[in-house]
Amino acid sequence: MEPMIDIKTSVNGTTVSARVPARQTLVDFLRYHLELTGSHVGCEHGSCGACTIRLDGDIVRGCLVLAAQADGTEVETIEGLSDSGELADLQATFRTRNALQCGYCTPGMLLTAQALLADNPAPSRNEIREYLSGNYCRCTGYQAIVDAIESVATARRGVTS
Amino acid sequence: MSDSPQHGHLHAILDRPNSYIGRSVPRPNVRRLLQGRGSYVDDIRLPRMVHVAFVRSPYAHARINGIDTDATLKIPGVVAVVAGAELAEYCTPWVGVLSHLAGLKSQPQHAIAIEKACWQGEAVAAVVAETRAQAEDGVDAVLVQWTELPIVADMETALDDQTPVIHPDLGDNLAWQRTFEAGDVDAAFAAGTVVEEEFSFGRHTGVTVEPRAILSSYEPAEGRLTVHHSCQAPHMMQNIFATHLGLEEHDVRVICGDVGGSYGIKVHTYADEMATAALSVMLRRPVKFIADRLESFLTDIHARDHRVKGRMAIADDGKILGVEIDDLTGIGPYSVYPRTSGIEANQIVNLTGAQYTCGNYRAKTAVVFQNKVPMCQYRAVGHPIATAVTEGLVDAAAAAIGMDPIDVRRRNLIPDDAYPCTAATGLSFEGLSHHRALARLVELMDYDGLRAEQTRLREQGIYRGIGVATFIELTNPSAMFYGVGGARISAQDGCTLRLDAKGNVICTTGVTEQGQGAEAVMAQVTATAVGVQIDKVRIITGDTDVVPYGGGTWASRAAGIGGEAAAQAGKALRENILKVAGIILQAEPGTLDIRDGRVVDMTDGNDRIGLDEVGRIAYYRADTLPKDFQSELVATRHYVPKLYPFAFTNGVQASWLEVDIETGFVTLLKHWAVEDCGTVINPQLVDEQIRGGVVQGIGGALFEHCLYDDQGQLLNGSMMDYLTPMAAEMPDIEVAHVVTPTKDSELGAKGAGEAGTAGAPAAVLNAINDALMPLDVRLNIHPATPERILAALGTIDGL
Repeated sequence: MEPMIDIKTSVNGTTVSARVPARQTLVDFLRYHLELTGSHVGCEHGSCGACTIRLDGDIVRGCLVLAAQADGTEVETIEGLSDSGELADLQATFRTRNALQCGYCTPGMLLTAQALLADNPAPSRNEIREYLSGNYCRCTGYQAIVDAIESVATARRGVTS
Repeated sequence: MSDSPQHGHLHAILDRPNSYIGRSVPRPNVRRLLQGRGSYVDDIRLPRMVHVAFVRSPYAHARINGIDTDATLKIPGVVAVVAGAELAEYCTPWVGVLSHLAGLKSQPQHAIAIEKACWQGEAVAAVVAETRAQAEDGVDAVLVQWTELPIVADMETALDDQTPVIHPDLGDNLAWQRTFEAGDVDAAFAAGTVVEEEFSFGRHTGVTVEPRAILSSYEPAEGRLTVHHSCQAPHMMQNIFATHLGLEEHDVRVICGDVGGSYGIKVHTYADEMATAALSVMLRRPVKFIADRLESFLTDIHARDHRVKGRMAIADDGKILGVEIDDLTGIGPYSVYPRTSGIEANQIVNLTGAQYTCGNYRAKTAVVFQNKVPMCQYRAVGHPIATAVTEGLVDAAAAAIGMDPIDVRRRNLIPDDAYPCTAATGLSFEGLSHHRALARLVELMDYDGLRAEQTRLREQGIYRGIGVATFIELTNPSAMFYGVGGARISAQDGCTLRLDAKGNVICTTGVTEQGQGAEAVMAQVTATAVGVQIDKVRIITGDTDVVPYGGGTWASRAAGIGGEAAAQAGKALRENILKVAGIILQAEPGTLDIRDGRVVDMTDGNDRIGLDEVGRIAYYRADTLPKDFQSELVATRHYVPKLYPFAFTNGVQASWLEVDIETGFVTLLKHWAVEDCGTVINPQLVDEQIRGGVVQGIGGALFEHCLYDDQGQLLNGSMMDYLTPMAAEMPDIEVAHVVTPTKDSELGAKGAGEAGTAGAPAAVLNAINDALMPLDVRLNIHPATPERILAALGTIDGL
C-alpha cells in the first residue's frame, strides 16, 4: 500500500486534519483534497510560479513542498487572501489595468506581488520585473502587471500622483 | 424600424448614444480569475472520474513488437490498460489534408499508435487509474518491446534517396510543395543590386501555462458524450469527436470553460485527447487527462521550423525590383488534423513581400515529414517568418545601396491611396495604412534622435541597434481559409441575445474566450447595440449545447466576426423590444430608442419606460397585449465576411536594443508597435493583445527553441531548459494606432491578436544586425542566442 502520513495544518485559518500520500505535493493536496483549485499547476518543477502559495508567511512553490511538510504550518491560498480582503487593491488594479488575460498565472502573480510590496514598498519598475522573474505569464508580456503593481505601490504609500 | 435619415444614424452601431465602442472597460469575467475561482478543466471533478496517463515512445521512430501489461494491472488503483488496436474499435483514424492545398498528403493517425511510434512522445498505450499518480505508477510498469527504426531528423536530407521513408504507403517524405511566380523575376534580378540571405527559424512551441486538458464523460443510457475541454473551437471539436467516435453530433456536448492560454496550441486534434474521449466511451465513465509539462513539450504542436533562402534585387534609387524565396520546413510525421501542417508554409509564400509594390516574385516551399513532434498553426502562423525574411532582406538591400532603411520602406510600401488592390501573390487588400503607420512610428520612437544617440554611443564602444519591421496580418478569415478545403471549421459565427424579465440581456456567442477579452468585446457591442448598461449584459461562451454555431477564437476573428454578429443581433433585439414598447406606449417604434436600459423618445431622449417593465409585461402580462401581436424578446444573427476572403491589417514595429559584443547578450531597451486593426472596440484590450504578441515574438527571436539531437530526441523538455520570456528581460512596449475600418462589416473591426507576434522577431533581428553593422556581421538565425551572436562575431566556434 502507498505510504500515508497524517497531517494537521491550518489552511486559510481553518484547521485541517488529513491522511495524505507521502508523495503528494502541497498544491495537489490543496487542489484535489480540499478542492481549493485557485492555486494552479503549470510545470510541477518550480519554474512557472503558477502554484505560488503562502506557507508560514512566506511565498513558496506549492509543487516543491510536500503535503506532509505542511504538518503544523499555516497555509494561505488565493481563496483565503481574497476573502480576507488583503489583496483587494491589487485585484482591483489588475482588473482595471487588464493585468491578466487567461488568468492561470494570476493567483501566483498576486501572491508574489504582495510579497514584493511587503519587502519593498517603493519598488522601481526594474525591481518589480526582477521580483516577478520566477512567475511565467504567456499572455500579457508583463508590462500591464508591472504597471498595476507600480500603481498599487504608489497608492499604498499614500502618494498622490 | 424607420429608414428616415434623422433616425438612421442612431441605428448605425458606431453612432449609438452612450456607446461602449472605443472604451477601455474592464473585462466582465476577470473577477473570478483574480480570486482563483475560475473553472479550468483540471478544477472540475465528476463522480466516478478516473485519470489517464500515457505510455509514450522513448524513441523517435520504433516498431512496437509487444506490450506487456501484467505488472501494471496489479498496481493499486489501476482500472485499465489499453493499447492502440483495442482503442481503434472506439475511435477511427484521421488524415490531416485539405483539398485546396493540392497534393498535400498524410498518413492516417490513430488515437494511440498501433504498429509503430513516429516521434519521441507519441502515445502507445493508456493506463487508466483512480488517481493520476496511480496511472503514472501504471505507466512505469508497462513493458514495451521495441525495435528501433531509422530516423528522419534533419529536414534538409528528408527527401534524399538514401533517407528512409517514414510512411512507406506515401512513397516519400514530401508532404506538400508549392511554387509561385509573378512578373519577370529573372529580369528584375538582372537589373539591380542583389542581396542574398539564408534565414533559419528554430522550432518552438506555445508553452500555455495551463497544459492541454480534457475531461470526457460518457453517459451510456442516452449515448451522450460531454467533454470539458481546454480548447479554442468547441464546435469544431464537437464535429471531430462525433465523427471519429461514431456518435451523432447532437449527442456530443463540448464545454470550453476557462482556458489557461491557447495561442493556437489548443485548436488542433491531439491523439491523446481523442484517446481520452474514446476511453470514456469504452469504460463508460468520466476520464480526465491533464498533460504534464514534459508531455506538453513532447506533444503540443511545435511551429516555425523553417529554413528560407531569400534574395532581393534593388535599384540604386531604392526601388525593390524582385523577391525570391525558397522555403523548407519539417512538420513531424503527420500533417495535423483538421487544419493541416501545410498552412504555415503556404502563408510564407502568400505573405512574403506583400506589403510592397514589387510585382516580381518567385517562391517555392517544400513541406517534409520527419520524426519529431508534429508542427501546426501557432499564433501568427507564417507571419513572423515571412516578415523576418522580407524585412531582413530590405535591411540588407538598404545597406547594400547605402540608403536609410526607413527610406527604402517609404519608397516601396503600397501607397495608402492605392486601395483596393491585389498583391503579387493574389491577396486582396481592402484598405491598409502602411505609410501613415510608418510615419506614426518614426514620430513615436524619435527615429532621428535614436540614430544620433546610436552614433554617439558607438564612439564609446556601445553597440545599439534600431530594427524596423512592416507587415500585414491575416484576420477575420472567411471560408476560404479552411472550409473551402473540406475542413468542418466554421468561418461564420452566431450570437443570440435575449432580454430577461428584469431588463438584462443574455448573450450567447459562438466565439470563445481564452483571455483575449472576447467576452468584454461582446458585452461592449451588445450593450451598445441594444442600448443597455454593460453590467446588464451577461455573456455565455463555449458550450455547444447552448451557444449558436460558430468557429470559436483563432486567426484574430473573435472581435471582427463574433462582434459583428453581436452588433446585428443587438440591432434586431432592439427592434423587437421597441415593437413591444410601441404597443405599450401607443407610439411608433421608429420614434423610440433604447438608452441606458430605458425606452426613450428618439428625438429628445425623454424617458418613457424601463426595459424591466417591458420584460414584465411581455413575459407575465401578455394578456394586456393585442391578440394579433406576439412579442419576441430574443434575436439571433450570424455573420461571415463576404466582400473579402480575409480582412488584412497592417502594422509596423521597431526595436531598440543593445548587444554586448563581449558576452553576446542582447538587452531590449524599448519596443514600439503601430497597428491598424480597423475600429478599436476596446483600446486597452487591443494594446494588451499587441504587447503580449510582441513578447511571444521576442521569445522566438531570442530564447525559444525545441532542441533535438540527431536521433530525434528532444533535449530541453522542461521549463528549466526551454527558455521563455520572463518579466526581467522584457522591455516596455509603446503601442499606437491608425484606424482603417473594414467596410465588410458595420462594426468595421479587424483582428489584432497576432500582429504583435508577426512583427516582433523581424524588428529584433534587424536591430541586432543594425547594432553589429560596424563589425560587418549579420545573422539571420532565430533564436539569436548569445552563443550564436558570439559565433557570428567569430569569438567562439560556429555551432
